[in-house]
Amino acid sequence: MATVAEHIETQDHAHGHGHEEHHEQSFIRKYIFSEDHKVIAKQYLFSGIIWAVIGGLMSLVFRLQLGFPEMDMAWLKPVLGQWVSLAPDGTGKLDPNFYLALVTMHGTIMVFFVLTAGLSGTFSNFLIPLQVGARDMASGFMNMLSYWFFFISSVIMFWSIFLETGPAGGGWVIYPPLSALGEANPGSQSGMTLWLVAMALFIVSSLLGGINYVTTVINLRTKGMSFDRLPLTIWAFTFTAILGILSFPVLLSAALLLIFDRSFGTSFYLSDIYINGHALPNQGGSPILFQHLFWFLGHPEVYIVILPALGLTSEIIATNSRKPIFGYKAMIFSMAGIMFLAFIVWAHHMFMTGMNPFLGSVFMLLTLIIAVPSAVKAFNYITTLWRGNIIFTPAMMFAIGLVSFFVSGGLTGIILGNSSLDIQLHDTYFVVAHFHLVMGAAAIFGMIGGVYHWFPKMFGRMMNDTLGYLHFWLTFIGVYLVFFPMHYIGIAGFPRRYYQWSGFETFNTFADLNAFMTIAAILAFAAQIIFIYNFIYSIFWGKKAPANPWRSNTLEWTTPINPGHGNWPGEIPTVYRWPYDYSKPGSESDFIPQNIPFSATPESNLPEENEMISEEKEIEKIEFNHNIPD
Amino acid sequence: MTLIIGLLAILFLILTGVVISKTQQLIKGVKGEIEEKEYNSLNKSNNLNAIGLFIFWIISVIGVIWSFFDARKDFLPEASSVHGKETDYWFWLSMAVIMAAFFVVNTLLFYFPMKYKFDKNRKATFYPHNNNLEVIWTIVPALIMAGLVFTGLRVWNKVMADAPEDAEVIEIMGRQFAWAVRYPGVDDNKLGNYDFRLMDDAAGNNFGIDFTDQNSFDDFTNGTEMHIPKGKPVNLKIRARDVLHSVFIPHMRVKMDAVPGMPTKFWFVADKSTEDMRKELGNPDFNYEIACTEVCGRSHFGMKLIMIVDEPADYEKWKKEQKPFLTLNPDFLSKVPENLKARALKYVESESASEVAAVTDVTE
Repeated sequence: MATVAEHIETQDHAHGHGHEEHHEQSFIRKYIFSEDHKVIAKQYLFSGIIWAVIGGLMSLVFRLQLGFPEMDMAWLKPVLGQWVSLAPDGTGKLDPNFYLALVTMHGTIMVFFVLTAGLSGTFSNFLIPLQVGARDMASGFMNMLSYWFFFISSVIMFWSIFLETGPAGGGWVIYPPLSALGEANPGSQSGMTLWLVAMALFIVSSLLGGINYVTTVINLRTKGMSFDRLPLTIWAFTFTAILGILSFPVLLSAALLLIFDRSFGTSFYLSDIYINGHALPNQGGSPILFQHLFWFLGHPEVYIVILPALGLTSEIIATNSRKPIFGYKAMIFSMAGIMFLAFIVWAHHMFMTGMNPFLGSVFMLLTLIIAVPSAVKAFNYITTLWRGNIIFTPAMMFAIGLVSFFVSGGLTGIILGNSSLDIQLHDTYFVVAHFHLVMGAAAIFGMIGGVYHWFPKMFGRMMNDTLGYLHFWLTFIGVYLVFFPMHYIGIAGFPRRYYQWSGFETFNTFADLNAFMTIAAILAFAAQIIFIYNFIYSIFWGKKAPANPWRSNTLEWTTPINPGHGNWPGEIPTVYRWPYDYSKPGSESDFIPQNIPFSATPESNLPEENEMISEEKEIEKIEFNHNIPD
Repeated sequence: MTLIIGLLAILFLILTGVVISKTQQLIKGVKGEIEEKEYNSLNKSNNLNAIGLFIFWIISVIGVIWSFFDARKDFLPEASSVHGKETDYWFWLSMAVIMAAFFVVNTLLFYFPMKYKFDKNRKATFYPHNNNLEVIWTIVPALIMAGLVFTGLRVWNKVMADAPEDAEVIEIMGRQFAWAVRYPGVDDNKLGNYDFRLMDDAAGNNFGIDFTDQNSFDDFTNGTEMHIPKGKPVNLKIRARDVLHSVFIPHMRVKMDAVPGMPTKFWFVADKSTEDMRKELGNPDFNYEIACTEVCGRSHFGMKLIMIVDEPADYEKWKKEQKPFLTLNPDFLSKVPENLKARALKYVESESASEVAAVTDVTE
């Protein structure tokens, strides 16, 4: 509580000169067990990047297997050890169990550790206090706990990779009974136990973070920062946090019941099972129950992944088009609509599970409704570009790439959401292509775009643009080359999670296309080395950043180049306008930051804004009561 | 072929990257260090990237169209079921709708950057909102969605409706890592009960057939192929005995999970026999295949069962030739309760008249 009080005190405007750090913090308190949201954000970012590399390398290994099933994998033996089995002639083959473990871990790592923790953790932490005008998060201590729970969860998940029986191997959705029975799959032994423990800790971390984000946005906005002046990034982070708070506990319950089934002999998900020559005593459970619980989180989860990326994109596109985001309110309402609908479409993942077909009809209807707010968002982005004056920073390139992926990948969702068409396409590569474009690649592009855009604020230095462009082009083209042809093999019916397809006459085509996708995947991954080099190099030796490199309106650019603890050395700026006053008619400058009062810009004010000048005095007089009762 | 083109494309990309990078370095060398990213420092990279996006799109459109026609022969395998033809029709119709949207939206997305790239003599249009536009692009997608939903629902309800009374019932069971089928037999045409506690791989009863139910006596099983009649509804009763599996018959557009403890079903009408398909495709080795599409462990990718679609007369003939499970495994006679023994004996009799006579003597 002491730290909270400290932040509260610094927010007290009666002190006038505001926040001054008199005591030097020890290295450990400053960089490791830090309560500063900026440091925590960077911790999340570094962890996310490390996980992304691990998850990406895993995908390359199974892509090699899929693209070149006859390939000699003996050269991977030093890395993979027992998972590459050697034939008498010295050629190596990937173990099929390990193949399943790889796809499982790739999914888990990318969805949770990279695109939830790495994306929301980084940018919600970094941008919420800076953009709403707060000294720090509502609870710095909870924020620190959130990161360290995530860290422990990461360590456990990483540890599971090195188990002798391998990490979890039943797909990232861990459907029981496969995940519940160690006899069914070696990955369902200790690997699954660690997976469940790691995810339980991850959920704790995510809840601690989410509650903090929502609280901060609601309670710690600076003077004048009304909800209709919040940047869209903040709206997106808030909706994301609400989604997480309401749906992650359901995953926790699903995981708990699974832990009971695995370790304490209960039968929540198990019934009528005969395996390895003996019948199990479990009766009365339902594997379908797990799927309902899992997807009650699982579907909101894909929006937890994509909404922050869309929020970052809104900011990047508006700033670099030098134009207000088109349809600010429509954007908020469409995000709210997506958030609401996200909770009631989960069973479209389950059309073919034997669920009552009537339920399927209901979920199909709701699923296709969600296409409408998504379409509105895409159209609004494009209209923002229309008649803009567009500056192509690397961040802007990635933002445009995101919109393209979101559109291309989102459209196939219309087909998959249609239950009658899903009969053939369910669990084929069509689904894999769909979600990798719409939430995988799109969210990664949002995250990378965000790094390019806010890097100057994070590290006080600029990233190299040329390397940024090179990174963008190779990644953008690489991603499309991987995932566009993937639709084709999906339409041909190729099932997911197959070690190889050659056993089936029906799937004995497209071998060259699979090889092609693998090469494209290697290319796209190789391009990330450029990014990582640029990222690390620029932290230490990048060009010094100016205060507002992108000439942006939001509050974070009013802080010093290297903001200290408390963000603003003096008083927190007061906000008078929305964040999208770019290229306002009459104004000489093509941007007017949020902290410039209307009274200072009479030449560009709209009629209704002139009326608001009288309110400015009242805004400035606001005294927040920061005394939170214990 | 695709591979070579792909490799060339990648080589080309890398070269482009190198050229861009070199140009950048030259420009940077000329301009030297810049403190603020001022307007005039926006160098050629802006134009290159803007035009690059549009060129990317032009090449993509060519690539998409070419690759589509190149890959088309291997798309959706020939539909061989009645409902499959219908879902295929709606698939391609929906595909046409989304492809139209794909081309229009992406074209705008990649054209605007080129058209509105930065120009220091121009100012962006301050255009924060337009409610009419928002309403239009809320309602238009909503109407298109409504159309797709209603047609989709109609098809879905038809496919998922209860199977006709006269449907041929066949049970298919998934286990690690194989499919097996059970037929209700020619005499009573009813599947007998089963219970997972009766399963016994060592003794051969991998289906858990319950021999206290007399309907079981004439049931026959098969672990290598499934025969179905052409032109007659087939009602698949689907179950699993260890973990989740999913029955996938690509040519029939059939897919349904097999769930331990919760039997599922899927009915369909095959309208092309295996022979018909062999002639149509000119492939004398063609066979329909059943695959598994729910990850089930190590050999998930190997869960194959051959399916043979016979002309109805051939199918009936084939069924008559099959020996009931009880005939092949007379040991299970001991599981039959006393009052049904006589009925069960009929199936063991056919195996060896003298042996059965002996057994009959004993039981009587």
